[in-house]
Amino acid sequence: MLSDRDDPLHRPGPDAFGDRGPAYFGEGVLALADGRVFRGLAFGARATVVGEVVFNTSMTGYQEIITDPSYAGQLVCLTVSEVGNVGVNADDAESRSAGAEGLIVRSLSPMVSNWRAEQTLAAYLESRGMPGLAELDTRALTRHLRRVGAVMGALSTVDTDAERLVAMARDAAPMEGRGLAHEVSTKEAYGWSRGTWGQGTPPSPDVHVVAYDFGIKHEILCNLVDQGIRVTVVPSTTSVDDVLALAPDGVFLSNGPGDPAALTDVIERTRDLLHRDARMPVWGICLGHQLMCLALGGKTYKLKFGHHGGNHPVRDERSAAVAITAQNHGFAVDAESLGTEVEVTHLNLFDRTVGGLRVRDRPQWSVQYHPEASPGPHDSQGLFVEFAHAVRSARAERVGSS
Amino acid sequence: MPKRTDIKRILVLGSGPIVIGQACEFDYSGTQATKALQQEGYEVVLVNSNPATIMTDPELAHRTYIAPLRPLYLDRIIAREKPDAILPTVGGQTALNLAIAAAREGILDKHGVEIIGAPIDVIERAEDREQFKAAMLEIGLSVPKSAYCRSLAEARAALEDIGFPVIIRPSFTMGGSGAAIAYNRAEFDAHIALAMDEALDGEVLLEQSVLGWKEYELEVMRDGKDNFVVICSIENLDPMGVHTGDSITIAPAQTLTDKEYQRMRDHAKMVVSKIGVTTGGCNIQFAVNPATGEEIVIEMNPRVSRSSALASKATGFPIAKLAAKLAVGYTLDELLNDITKVTPASFEPSIDYVVTKIPRFAFEKFRGADDTLTIQMKSVGEAMAIGRTFRESLGKAIRSLEQDTYGFDWEPDEDAGEQVERLLGRPHPRRLWYIGAALRRGMSVEQIHERTKIDPWFLTQMRLMVECEQRMAEGAKGTLPDTKALRWAKRSGMSDARIAQLRGVSEEAVRSRRLQAGVRAVYKRIDTCAAEFPAHTPYLYSTYEDEDEAEVSSRKKIVILGGGPNRIGQGIEFDYCCCHAAFALREAGYETIMVNCNPETVSTDYDTSDRLYFEPLTREHVLDILDSESESGTVVGVLVQFGGQTPLRLAQDIEAAGYRLLGTPAESIDLAEDRERFGKLLARLRLHCPRWGVGRSSEEAFSIARNIGYPVLVRPSYVLGGRAMEIVHNDAQLDRYMRQAVRASPDHPVLVDEFLPNAIELDVDAVADGNECVIAGIMEHIEEAGVHSGDSSCSLPPVNVPARMLEQIRETTRALARELGVVGLMNVQYALRGNRLYVLEVNPRGSRTVPFVAKATGVPYAKIAAWVGAGQTLAELNVREQVPEHVSVKIPVFPFRKFPGVDTILGPEMRSTGEVMGMGHDFGVAFWRAMMAEGSGLPLHGTACFSVGDDDKDAVIPAARILHERGFRLLATRGTAAAFRAAGLPCDVVNKVAEGRPHTVDAMLNGEINLLVTTMGTAPAEESFSMRRTALVARVPYFTTTSGALAAAHAIAAAHEGSPQAKTLSLQEYHQAPAFDPDSAPTDRVGYR
Repeated sequence: MLSDRDDPLHRPGPDAFGDRGPAYFGEGVLALADGRVFRGLAFGARATVVGEVVFNTSMTGYQEIITDPSYAGQLVCLTVSEVGNVGVNADDAESRSAGAEGLIVRSLSPMVSNWRAEQTLAAYLESRGMPGLAELDTRALTRHLRRVGAVMGALSTVDTDAERLVAMARDAAPMEGRGLAHEVSTKEAYGWSRGTWGQGTPPSPDVHVVAYDFGIKHEILCNLVDQGIRVTVVPSTTSVDDVLALAPDGVFLSNGPGDPAALTDVIERTRDLLHRDARMPVWGICLGHQLMCLALGGKTYKLKFGHHGGNHPVRDERSAAVAITAQNHGFAVDAESLGTEVEVTHLNLFDRTVGGLRVRDRPQWSVQYHPEASPGPHDSQGLFVEFAHAVRSARAERVGSS
Repeated sequence: MPKRTDIKRILVLGSGPIVIGQACEFDYSGTQATKALQQEGYEVVLVNSNPATIMTDPELAHRTYIAPLRPLYLDRIIAREKPDAILPTVGGQTALNLAIAAAREGILDKHGVEIIGAPIDVIERAEDREQFKAAMLEIGLSVPKSAYCRSLAEARAALEDIGFPVIIRPSFTMGGSGAAIAYNRAEFDAHIALAMDEALDGEVLLEQSVLGWKEYELEVMRDGKDNFVVICSIENLDPMGVHTGDSITIAPAQTLTDKEYQRMRDHAKMVVSKIGVTTGGCNIQFAVNPATGEEIVIEMNPRVSRSSALASKATGFPIAKLAAKLAVGYTLDELLNDITKVTPASFEPSIDYVVTKIPRFAFEKFRGADDTLTIQMKSVGEAMAIGRTFRESLGKAIRSLEQDTYGFDWEPDEDAGEQVERLLGRPHPRRLWYIGAALRRGMSVEQIHERTKIDPWFLTQMRLMVECEQRMAEGAKGTLPDTKALRWAKRSGMSDARIAQLRGVSEEAVRSRRLQAGVRAVYKRIDTCAAEFPAHTPYLYSTYEDEDEAEVSSRKKIVILGGGPNRIGQGIEFDYCCCHAAFALREAGYETIMVNCNPETVSTDYDTSDRLYFEPLTREHVLDILDSESESGTVVGVLVQFGGQTPLRLAQDIEAAGYRLLGTPAESIDLAEDRERFGKLLARLRLHCPRWGVGRSSEEAFSIARNIGYPVLVRPSYVLGGRAMEIVHNDAQLDRYMRQAVRASPDHPVLVDEFLPNAIELDVDAVADGNECVIAGIMEHIEEAGVHSGDSSCSLPPVNVPARMLEQIRETTRALARELGVVGLMNVQYALRGNRLYVLEVNPRGSRTVPFVAKATGVPYAKIAAWVGAGQTLAELNVREQVPEHVSVKIPVFPFRKFPGVDTILGPEMRSTGEVMGMGHDFGVAFWRAMMAEGSGLPLHGTACFSVGDDDKDAVIPAARILHERGFRLLATRGTAAAFRAAGLPCDVVNKVAEGRPHTVDAMLNGEINLLVTTMGTAPAEESFSMRRTALVARVPYFTTTSGALAAAHAIAAAHEGSPQAKTLSLQEYHQAPAFDPDSAPTDRVGYR
């Protein structure tokens, strides 16, 4: 089924005016599983990809977004209309190679203007094998997604056969039931020493945290380092024994893509971790938060179109303070499913979903949103301070008692 | 926290008259705040001196005082009304300054009134640059190198450290008033003197210049629980060195990485929390070095500002309304987002479009003014445009200016390559178009960036726009572009008019081709959330994409066209009328649809009308909207008579497109504007008008002028605000004028009118229903005919005009209304000379004085006119003329202080930006109060200096006599002194400037003169120029007409009798007092002529 907007004359082609700035190389198509087709101009990699189509309402930070491994398996539509203006640079990538499958924007910048820029967005996409699509009605797409919910789509910068692409989208496996964390996780453990941008040399570390990589964002590591934490990043499949063998003062559960409930092995290990040592600080962000919930016997569910943006108000239920947060998740914790040993600490004020939880009487807690932001406001960076504090207390206690 | 219950009555301060740097954005903010507080159950007492505001509508607040924004009057009002708190943060710098002054004078403590929104110490910390700098350094933020000084010597010492170029700013001013950049010692000394005079407390700040750095602004809100949100980021296209108010600005910021933006956001949060703004909106300006990312804090305003209005309109987030609610104790998370209705106000709007604000200037009104844009604001208005891309929004912004520009279509004179280059380096009002010209000449983005420091991102976008125009021009002349080219041009923000220009075809041809090709505008919603949540507010803009969100209703609807950007001659008064039309028609059951592009206004608030289109007021956009709205329901009609000249210019196109104009038909508008046809109409009615003729050539103009006899009034046809209008006394002056005027308007002939010296001019506003006509108000001008009606002071009712003449005026007005078939508002200007009444002009539309008349009489004439336009009769509405017992005086305010070197003499070309109103039981009291509100005030004692032309010597004696009797020492130049002595008035003599020193200017500068009366007569303006200019700078109240002097003398006499100390009444009290029928109105009012 083709949309009535399929007339090629309806679109500005590369031969029409204005093609001299942006790096468009032809027509591109986004086809949704529900039959809706959007045509635009192609840039980035020459490829056909499938994924769940989501929209992100952040107005800055496209590089951070597309390099966020949590977007694995997804095609990201940015609602901000001018994209690519500031190019890309090495510091702002959230991963080395993982990230979104494809990028959808309204208008690709004809040039780059920023003192930090090292490359154009189009060239960057090409180097990461990511196709891009521009000059389509991204607001119409966003409104469609809001109404029908996240939907599978196929994006191609080489194939303009809409029917074929619709079929590909229909054949694609939905996000529910897909555990993607192992795919994007590091295969080898590694350390991290860089702090956040513009903060100077980080303090020398005095505590050690092991971070499970389910698709971890660099900015989380930078924030941990800023707190004087030595960080060891371990693969998602690492056993609890192996983690404890590294003698951590705390364990971190990272963000990541896909359906948390599908990660049964990880959930099992997390349960093991939470019960092994009641004094060991464990902190989770996003997928890490959902895993914490599942490990504690709770349930997660798929949101209609998820939370992807940098303007969600989250209220700390203990202090009533409201933080503006960065969010990026398609699944959420079911508050009703949590046992009495778990307390909901944070509430998303947009839709009253769970923003954070903690295990009563234990240094184990998690948040659904992204205190590391990147992109997004830094309102919740204090959570890293809290974690560092908990880690230090735990270490002091252990050293003192041994 | 829920709202406070310990306060019940809140006094809201307005911002006074419209001036450069403080325009109708504070009517928007004050209105929102007042509505919000009243809805929360508080009693609002509103104080403002500007009658042309919606906020001073008597039904809006519990009590409304149209009173001078001065501590003395505030004291009296507080004593009468006993408010619990004062909200000074929605009335601009004027309100903040008044709050500070009242606090310093102990008025707040005396009455036990609390300041809410921003406590006094917070205001001082933010506004006092030394305190602000210290606070910034404490939290580790960078600020420009600066020093505070109180004398020239101190300033020179500080300069050693700072170096040139250096910025000089007086503290506590708005719009960068008095601020300047000095590049050398001579400029430095001159600017220091000026700034010390301008500063509230004589303190001046010297600041390191960061010329060429990028400028950003964050609009933020904070509540009492330290919740902080950024409403909007704004990036200036013009780099540092041009006042934000004069810059083209873009939202959201376009050239920051997330890392840089979040750092700026963090810093803004630190600034707000350090300064201690606890409840409300404020803005913080940053400068960023484009090469290194180094960032410094420039300033913060602890109040709602012009950029708050812009941010509100740009995002849909009602900052002023929320600021008012936060001020009474609410927190952001307790309040809902109006647009989504489900999400809280504690969030940051996400926008999926680009907003461009573009300033509008009026340098053509101020001969001799330097049009270089600097850190002191000089623009008189602004337009905002919304597009999905920067190109689309810039293209729409350009045509929103209504300056007959529809793209990059201004070509400098031939062989001006060098000039183009030179003009790029200097920021000035047409620089944008010079960039277009430079691009067409092949100059590279890099070269232009080097000269302008405008970010290459913006320049590249402009290059694409220019290239798009060039490609369009490549098509054969007289042919229409194909669908693909059309679509891309529209997506690049090109107007139909520009396409037509480039292809040498008519705009209508482009339009029909476009519609036939299916290239139609669609409408997107402004929803604060980039479509994440459903929007309940039909706040729309056009773009060229697939999906249309207009969701046109099936109701009966009326489209109201607004007034576009503020300019001299067309400002807030017209927005007032448009808002009233919207209110009235909504009450009458119609769906109201507003079209406007001025972000400062109440009309562009999304809840003023049922639907709001934020679009340029051009033929293309208006017809697109009408076509779209007609798809469902019924467009009953279009209202064009409320928004000034802007919508009137579209009247014929709208009718030609098959839409009905509500009220007066286009034919009548044309009849009134066409001198030949109108002349015949007057002749038929046996009415007098000044003799006149239409000069289609120079020769013709000369022969008409000689025939009528000098002096004559000359002007180009079809203009508003008396643009290029002049009184010429002889052939030589006419010759000079013809050369200028012909250049100013080549396609239009020149009108030559008989000038009537010493005539009393009158303005009459009336409303007619096609059958009956009711006089709304007769206003007597204080200045003689010859001063533009917008620049004249006036009183309602007249105090010097005999009852039988008033009756003749009424009859004449009714006859004109009948003959023209007026349905709705009408304004007639008359001149009364002896017993002869002359009709000067008829405007079958809402006039500048409509809000003043409504405030003076208590009758909402704009609403009545809207109902009449929609088909009701005056009889049904039970409208009768009402003559109030009290007297209301309107006095204009001028922006002369912003334009050094410009003569302040009043003439037929309008130059005032706003007006104030004074009310009292007689003329003297009302005039006194209006003068106090205007700012100059009048002296009770001291020396009055006179220097008048020969023709005025007799006429000015009564004024001198009154002042003498009240104990003033009279001082006069020789000729005038002789006349005074001959009349038996003791008088000292002072030299004219040309006669040697000490002269009048010396005396003024020495503070020896408290009141100046100077008229020109037929002498050249240059002779008395320095006197007027010095009076302005030295803040000596001055009058340039004998009638103005007489009015002032009467006001001073009234003050001596103690009557101004009498009751300060609220508008509601004035309106409750019984008014008279015209027949029974008092005939014994104290006149002054």
